[in-house]
Amino acid sequence: MPGLGTSFGRGGATTFVQDLKNSDCILIEGSNFAECHPVAFRFVMQAKERGAKIIHVDPRFTRTSALADTYVPIRSGTDIVFLGAIINWVLRNERYFKEYVQHYTNASSILTEEFRDTEDLEGLFSGFNESARSGGGGSAQSHEGASQSRGEAAPGGGYDTQSWQFEEEEVPRFDGTGTASVVRRDPSLQHERCVFQVLRRHFARYDAQMVQDVCGTPRALFEEVCEALASNSGRERTAAIAYAVGWTQHTVGVQYIRTAAILQLLLGNVGRPGGGIMALRGHANIQGATDIPTLYDLLPGYLPMPAIQRDEQDLASYLKSNAKPTGWWANLPKYMVSLLKAFYGDAATKENGYCFDYLPQLTGDHSMIPTQVAMKDGEVKGYFVIGQNPAASGLNAELGRAAMERLEWMVNLDSYETDTASFWRREGADPAKIPTECFFIPAATVLEKDGTLTNTNRLLQFHEKAVEPAGASRSDLSFIYQLGLRLKECYKTSTDPKDRPILDMTWAYAHEDERERSRGEPSALAVMQEINGYRVSSGEQVSGFTELQEDGSTACGGWIYSGVCPDKQTHRARNREADDYTSPDWGFSWPANRRMLYNRASADPAGKPWSEAKKYVWWDERGQEWTGYDVPDFPLTKAPDTPAKPGATGMDAHSGSDPFIMQLDGRGAIFVSSTLKDGPLPTHYEPLNSLVPNALYKQQHNPVMCEWKRRDNPYNGVANEDYPYILTTYRLTEHSGIMTKYVPWLAELQPALFAEIDPELAVARNLKNGDWVTIRTAVGEIEARALVSGRIQPLRLAKGRWVHQIGLPYNYAPLGLAHGDSSGDLVPLVMDPNVSIHEAKTLTCNIRAGRRNKRKRSHVDEDVPAAQRSQEGAPTAHGRDFPGPQR
Amino acid sequence: MRIGALPNVTSQRTDNLRARTRGAKAVPSICCYCAVGCATLAHVDDGGKLLNVEGDPESPISGGHLCPKGAALFGLTVNTARWTTVKYRAPYAERWEERPLEWAMDRIAGLVKETRERTFVKERDGKRVNHTLGIASLGGATFGIEENYLLGKLMRSLGVVSIENQARI
Ligand code: SF4
Repeated sequence: MPGLGTSFGRGGATTFVQDLKNSDCILIEGSNFAECHPVAFRFVMQAKERGAKIIHVDPRFTRTSALADTYVPIRSGTDIVFLGAIINWVLRNERYFKEYVQHYTNASSILTEEFRDTEDLEGLFSGFNESARSGGGGSAQSHEGASQSRGEAAPGGGYDTQSWQFEEEEVPRFDGTGTASVVRRDPSLQHERCVFQVLRRHFARYDAQMVQDVCGTPRALFEEVCEALASNSGRERTAAIAYAVGWTQHTVGVQYIRTAAILQLLLGNVGRPGGGIMALRGHANIQGATDIPTLYDLLPGYLPMPAIQRDEQDLASYLKSNAKPTGWWANLPKYMVSLLKAFYGDAATKENGYCFDYLPQLTGDHSMIPTQVAMKDGEVKGYFVIGQNPAASGLNAELGRAAMERLEWMVNLDSYETDTASFWRREGADPAKIPTECFFIPAATVLEKDGTLTNTNRLLQFHEKAVEPAGASRSDLSFIYQLGLRLKECYKTSTDPKDRPILDMTWAYAHEDERERSRGEPSALAVMQEINGYRVSSGEQVSGFTELQEDGSTACGGWIYSGVCPDKQTHRARNREADDYTSPDWGFSWPANRRMLYNRASADPAGKPWSEAKKYVWWDERGQEWTGYDVPDFPLTKAPDTPAKPGATGMDAHSGSDPFIMQLDGRGAIFVSSTLKDGPLPTHYEPLNSLVPNALYKQQHNPVMCEWKRRDNPYNGVANEDYPYILTTYRLTEHSGIMTKYVPWLAELQPALFAEIDPELAVARNLKNGDWVTIRTAVGEIEARALVSGRIQPLRLAKGRWVHQIGLPYNYAPLGLAHGDSSGDLVPLVMDPNVSIHEAKTLTCNIRAGRRNKRKRSHVDEDVPAAQRSQEGAPTAHGRDFPGPQR
Repeated sequence: MRIGALPNVTSQRTDNLRARTRGAKAVPSICCYCAVGCATLAHVDDGGKLLNVEGDPESPISGGHLCPKGAALFGLTVNTARWTTVKYRAPYAERWEERPLEWAMDRIAGLVKETRERTFVKERDGKRVNHTLGIASLGGATFGIEENYLLGKLMRSLGVVSIENQARI
């Protein structure tokens, strides 16, 4: 999410799927749109029928490619080179949207003299501190012949972002009392230190030849893409970019999205119909689970969790370090106080800082991978796994399963037996040696419960309970509610202050229906009403987040969703009235039911549509307010010619033509000055496991990615001849995790795991279609049926070197009607530094004909020596310090 | 209905056939697989039995279409392979046993309390942390907003910080 969040202000798709039909050119990259989001793909097809050009860039030729106008092959893991080269092409050929760039982006902002680019420092930005994070020796180790031939630079440092800041100048304050500092700008974009010129230099070597050498993409195809995007952008036309996990699951994943964001800002495509960036989320509620998150570092509505490293010990210091002086985030105190009121009710008072100290403090990175490692090392005792199957879909999955053996107890909620629930009786395991106490709680399916899901374009939709849950199954909500009630009971007599949060936590969610209530069922509606927010004194719902207050008079569990239940009778996620465009009465789209974000940018600085063809939101002179086809993403009556007030706080610091209201300066960020840990501009680094050295810089990998150099997590290394092929993973239309694998119709359509192998490689390795093939990385090996197919083609890189890529679905696991080995067994633990995501989209591997060996109790069963646990990378682990700039 | 130029051959039996869903209640729902969010209608008979699941033609997103996964939603709910009882596996045991839900809930609450008591840390380096690293939770991307909210609220109030789901993107 930070890819979009840091560039534009909010971590969500900027547009909605229906609007893709208005696009004049759609670039699909990092996504097999037609097969993974099939029903939304119809809007791409509608655009095509209108004459739009559809481009698909992907390592594999898929059904998306077949329906596109142009298919562009690429080596997986090189998208920053490809997109960076488009940026360079657009700049060199003066094809950017000049007025948009000047007024709506930070291209004109001037950097300080301290800033050094990756061009100056061999692939590092200024501020790099080698030792900021290194915890120990971290020397390369070898394991079963998998020699570690690492790149030259030793990763593991951190950045000090001070040199990435903008230069400031003093101007008279808006109220005439002295001066205020504002960012220095050069609207002509000529100053040599302005972002625009820095960007030019940063990408100067990313050109068509580089694309051919690094990505393996033929030059002519690359130039066709550039021309298509540029000629379909501007006042009269717009182009959109769609991506999915093909862009995120990389050690530089956030920067892939940043590159796309920069390109769309240069082309003037953000906040305009037919434009934008369509983030295609995988699971039904991925967006919702980030908005109202079960993520360690976020509270609902993108409020950060307090962390000791930022010294957020009390409410005042938390608000100080997180509220922004200018832009919409100046409102953060209202949202935080209202959240605490929603959590702790009457116990939260002004005097006690609204129970801020009830919240636990982060002491490190507590995300999934560090937790898995800590579990392996015996630090985690109890584990709740709800609707997820890490024993199959996890990374270094055997390490994950061995880690579960060290748990004291595990609770798994699902509708079917999962590989996680039954990890103790997997192939090669000996239950008699596994002490873990395991519970399986049967879960209701979507049809058996009320609830709300947030789709890929931030749209909340309600599903009604249609039938009673089967047998003893209950909704997950019911489980959580009942557990909460029991824990309150357990601690009833406690006087220990550490137990106050449990006792004071508001928990009044009894179902409105008598029959459900008598069975102990909670009400999903009551929970959503709390998320929406209410007035503490009267209990009345607030109609939206603009009514929230900092004085404890309002409670709100998730400010960005405020407005979904504006009164006790209304649940807007239930609305089912469609029209033929924005459909404001179908569901509820956060924030404030806006379908397209940043839509102020669909009008020119003076508030007029850029063109009749691309009209969306504009300033109505007569009514003196913003109007259009959508809820304007701008203060409704703030005129376009309103000047910015230097020294003012909040929205007053922005002018009437600054469309990105969440940003400090109201502008789209080409250059991100502090929030990202791996650089203010995207830079190409090779994936952790790569066949080739980095052609652009001496720095091979993302210098601040997190590694675990332990004997239970060996890496293939760079250009290791033992692993000569590239491996990429993907999903199938017919499957989605454990849920589908027991459905007979789907199991019949896609019964078992296969590996896509190009015909040339098949001949070389003596494989025929349908043969068993074993695929191996340093982490593990799996078997699959060979699918020999011309859909995946060898690519020609620099110096005429040919590389082969292998495609592998990641949907399978040993349990289920449709089953097979799981690709998680091949993926090592490594994380991107910003969002702690793993790298599963580009790996290296080897293959051989035939089936794999039987699984035995393996090396991962052993404990890792204490010395190795604290090696390089480990300081970011669960419970230990994490470095790094503030978010 | 007539197909072709000549009257169709029908029997009394076919004349009397009716759609299974005729007269059934159509409950609005949403596909639970991918994030496109296709709208569905679940047909339920008077006895509360699920008859069919199909696309809701009114949806501006899906217009009644469903991909193979959505079209097979019926088989996710009505499926003999489902586990619909609470199961328990004691330490070192070789098999699952069935247990009542109430028993399991009490036992889990007891384990949470016991583990929390043992692993709770109030201070570190002189700073208040009030957390436990001994309990972790995983999951969220496949279940609803309300469930995410409540799980987050409960876990944080317990002091659990390792709260994660698949939405790391
Ligand atoms: S029917 Fe298919 S495309 Fe639609 S939401 Fe379900 S999985 Fe996604």
